[in-house]
Amino acid sequence: MEENRDARTVSPYSMKSVRRSLGRKRFRELMILFVFMLFFYGPLLHALILAFANTYGPTDIIPSDFGFHWWHYVLKQPNVAKAIFYSFLFAFSSTAVSLVICIPAAYVLARYKFRGRKLIMFSFLIGNAFPKIGMYTSMGIIYYKIGLLGTFFGVLLVHLLGTMMQMIWLPAGAFRSVPKSQEEAARDVGAGPVRTFFSVTLPIAWPGIAVATMHAFIGSLGESVGTLMVGLPQYRTMMTEMYGVILDFPATAGAVFALIIVIPNLILLFIMRKYISADNMARGFKMG
Amino acid sequence: MDAPIKLEIINMTKLYKNGDGVKNVNLSVRKGELVTLLGPSGCGKTTILRTIGGFIELSGGDVQIDGKSIIAISPEKRPTSMVFQSYNLWPHMTVHDNLEFGLKLRRVPKAEREKRIAEGLELVHMTGFEKKYSSQMSGGQQQRIAIARSLLLQPEVLLLDEPFSALDAKIRMQMREELRKIQTDLNITVVFVTHDQEEAMMLSDRIVVMSKGHIEQEGSPREIYDHPSSHFVAGFIGEMNFLDTRDGKRLAVRPENISVRFSSGGDIDGHVRTVMMLGHYMEMTVDTTKGVIKAYINAEEAKKFSKGDEVALKFSSTFEYENEIGGGN
Repeated sequence: MEENRDARTVSPYSMKSVRRSLGRKRFRELMILFVFMLFFYGPLLHALILAFANTYGPTDIIPSDFGFHWWHYVLKQPNVAKAIFYSFLFAFSSTAVSLVICIPAAYVLARYKFRGRKLIMFSFLIGNAFPKIGMYTSMGIIYYKIGLLGTFFGVLLVHLLGTMMQMIWLPAGAFRSVPKSQEEAARDVGAGPVRTFFSVTLPIAWPGIAVATMHAFIGSLGESVGTLMVGLPQYRTMMTEMYGVILDFPATAGAVFALIIVIPNLILLFIMRKYISADNMARGFKMG
Repeated sequence: MDAPIKLEIINMTKLYKNGDGVKNVNLSVRKGELVTLLGPSGCGKTTILRTIGGFIELSGGDVQIDGKSIIAISPEKRPTSMVFQSYNLWPHMTVHDNLEFGLKLRRVPKAEREKRIAEGLELVHMTGFEKKYSSQMSGGQQQRIAIARSLLLQPEVLLLDEPFSALDAKIRMQMREELRKIQTDLNITVVFVTHDQEEAMMLSDRIVVMSKGHIEQEGSPREIYDHPSSHFVAGFIGEMNFLDTRDGKRLAVRPENISVRFSSGGDIDGHVRTVMMLGHYMEMTVDTTKGVIKAYINAEEAKKFSKGDEVALKFSSTFEYENEIGGGN
């Protein structure tokens, strides 16, 4: 800090003086950080600017007129309100169903040693290894045959598929980190197996499960390809609408749309921030 | 001790796939008695304790409390309570809630619950810790709360699975004394598991020494110390010197039963190797033809000896065992 002030008095703001005062190594690190930040936040910043641009001509760097013009425009589209509704409907229901299915499964995988346990854990990864589009295409064909195409349940299944891996692995890791003796202590003082699970195991494992749930929810909100393949035209979510918006409207409308989708994610991340730690994530991806 | 029998283990057998476990164990514990299961790890002592608690199913035999079999009862319904070695308290609950959990499940009315929690905390000297979480307490404090949690459920038999082995020496000592005091004051029946022979000696009315899934010897600490019935017990309890004799047997002698004097012509002769200060007495090791022998002598006496002196060792009391290779420690 002291050095900095000295440098400024000699020759203010020139790159050379900044570099001299920081030292070559620090300067390089700072530059790398700057480039990285630009790379990371640049597109976000751009979207933010675009969303509040009333007019944005081809030669403009910064929009000439700011305002909520495109917000009004996008929100007035007849399909948008419905798409927002469906997005959240699918996100909530797939997260809820996923919790009901995956939490007991994760518990079993974490607590019981049986033949083929690791294979099962691993098989959940394979779902992620396949190219999604191929999987959805074949699902579409099967759906068509059994009449699931364009149904609520059909879309729900596609969303569930996407949440499965996270919802098994992260909670299984969380359950594994609950010492068995804590469950036994609960049994010992008089709690049955079910009570023990809900009063002791689940609350202790909760941070890991909360993170998984959040990921499932965000993942479902962001799901587009599968919904597009099996849900159209009956079920349009924000993400599938996004395709249409990008094609049919100016970039400014797209930016508004993107922000609308980002907002719930940001709120979720904010609520869950105390649970999100590298530790929790790492524990989830261990094959115990 | 003519109190009625509280806990009875009849022909208990539990074998694991790897061959560990216990076989045909019989043991009875009287009301108000503190019995310690003592042995090296893998001897089956924890298996017995966990079987009483209901966490392990028996392969054969029976466990009875007040003459009634409890083996068909699930752990939550057994009249036992267990204190575990570690990770005892539920980290998402305060001390108060930890203590209240079991009482709530028993539908004890609110006022009565609060009264018992207060009493429990007072018993283990932890009044004022109601709002703390386990992460805010030391290991010793956590274990006190765990003991209180078990005690305020008024179990017929209290089970303790190496409860103090994770604590440091000073706290461990203090906890033992307090546990013993609480146990005698409340006249509760306790089965205590430990691998620490000193702890067993200090706490127990009766010690059950175990090895490889069976009982080696049971008796009061005094009996076991003064009359170890096997080579294993002799080696496991207290300090012991072993000397091979000519007829293929093994002579065992405790360091405090050896007197040392200059010259030769004792039970065995040798040269002083080390003299170490151990508080109010000294430990002397002597090189003999049958190996190094350890003797405890008082500090005044020890001053006379120095390294290399020729000494004669006289044994005042000895034990004799069959020479079993690999037994003992």
